[in-house]
Amino acid sequence: MKLDTSGLESFPSLISHGNDVAGEISAPPSFELPNSNDFDSFLKEAIQMVKPAKGTTTLAFIFKDGVMVAADSRASMGGYISSQSVKKIIEINPYMLGTMAGGAADCQFWHRNLGIKCRLHELANKRRISVTGASKLLANILYSYRGMGLSVGTMIAGWDETGPGLYYVDSEGGRLKGTRFSVGSGSPYAYGVLDSGYKYDMSIEEASELARRAIYHATFRDGASGGVASVYYVGPTGWKKLSGDDVGELHYHYNPVTPSTVEHEMVEAAAP
Amino acid sequence: MARYDRAITVFSPDGHLFQVEYALEAVRKGNAAVGVRGTDNVVLGVEKKSTAKLQDSRSVRKIVNLDNHIALACAGLKADARVLINRARVECQSHRLTVEDPCTVEYITRYIAGLQQKYTQSGGVRPFGLSTLIVGFDPYTGSPSLYQTDPSGTFSAWKANATGRNSNSIREFLEKNFKETSGQETVKLAIRALLEVVESGGKNIEVAVMTKEDGLRQLEEAEIDAIVAEIEAEKAAAEAAKKAPPKDT
Repeated sequence: MKLDTSGLESFPSLISHGNDVAGEISAPPSFELPNSNDFDSFLKEAIQMVKPAKGTTTLAFIFKDGVMVAADSRASMGGYISSQSVKKIIEINPYMLGTMAGGAADCQFWHRNLGIKCRLHELANKRRISVTGASKLLANILYSYRGMGLSVGTMIAGWDETGPGLYYVDSEGGRLKGTRFSVGSGSPYAYGVLDSGYKYDMSIEEASELARRAIYHATFRDGASGGVASVYYVGPTGWKKLSGDDVGELHYHYNPVTPSTVEHEMVEAAAP
Repeated sequence: MARYDRAITVFSPDGHLFQVEYALEAVRKGNAAVGVRGTDNVVLGVEKKSTAKLQDSRSVRKIVNLDNHIALACAGLKADARVLINRARVECQSHRLTVEDPCTVEYITRYIAGLQQKYTQSGGVRPFGLSTLIVGFDPYTGSPSLYQTDPSGTFSAWKANATGRNSNSIREFLEKNFKETSGQETVKLAIRALLEVVESGGKNIEVAVMTKEDGLRQLEEAEIDAIVAEIEAEKAAAEAAKKAPPKDT
């Protein structure tokens, strides 16, 4: 199986490979797969070994003014919370965002790599790459690593010539175009709030409040999500971070504690 | 001199790559091809040597499609052209697959030129012996373009250009007579340019027009004959006007 390692090359190889010029379309460089007697179970074991449950909540949706992207910031290793301040919304370039769900290293690396490819496309073609094109580039790379244990569940959100764009791309090789997505272990809870509150004609404030509330509810119920709810907005001039609120504080914002009426008041006893 | 023109990868002391220059000679011997860019269309015209009686003329199309919105005409070694065209067609589809969008004319021109250049810097191969004229519409902006590549791998955009036999005279004619045209006027200009070096007649010229809406359309022989007749009539009228005595003595 030929791997698409074009993402890992930093420069084109200078020596022409044997039949490169004389014949077929030049294939990307490839490497040998490991020798094993039972490759299928080797694959299964490898996947099980690295299969994190995508403990996170991320969401994105398109509305009349653009795209709203939101995520929590908790990283967990099983039952241990390893960090409460992970940046799960990755800035690919000034007009495109990617969300992180799954393996943090995989997401970070491949998003940065996507940023490089987008910039190279811009330089070569003198025009920005479309969200369609960028998501397709990422999906192609992830597809070629299919079955090798990458864990990436990402949404590519951006604004290009055709308007707002939102795609869901994952490490199984899937790529979906849509208007509302939520990815991660907290996504069922986020979908509940998002789907019931969504209207295409929302204003930016309404949309950001909806996004924030959806993340908050997911962090409330899902143990693998928490930390800070970040909300980003992608509009015609690029993306902008709107807010980053600690979900603990948001809880009391949405559920204010009313002081209960006192029946017996405790007073300090007079000093003897 | 003889020592420096064998292997392609060897420069001569005065900085020439002889094989590339010889490839350009091959182009100069090929049939004339002309391209003219209008405001809403692009026209390609190619000289057609008289087909043998028993030959099926439809199998020797000289103007071909690379994609729905890009076409190519070339001058030089036709067998090399076939290979280059096939690679370009695959690349057009590959671009559609990886980026989900049709490629721009500039992109495919850059690819073809890159391919031609690769063959000037490798061992054991010779350069492609052809220059191409690539026309099409940008899928995003809708503007028409005309590009030319040559065996050395250089490319540039043109308002109008010619390659192949007598391309210099055609280019001179175009430089003198070019103006922004559209629709039928562009077709007429291209045919007029070709007629400078080709015997007149629909059977000696192959013309195709590319528009944004309808893609590439090959003109029928009868159509070309009609336009040629128009052009001859205009020429005759211009001659007569010159010879006629001035109105006021």
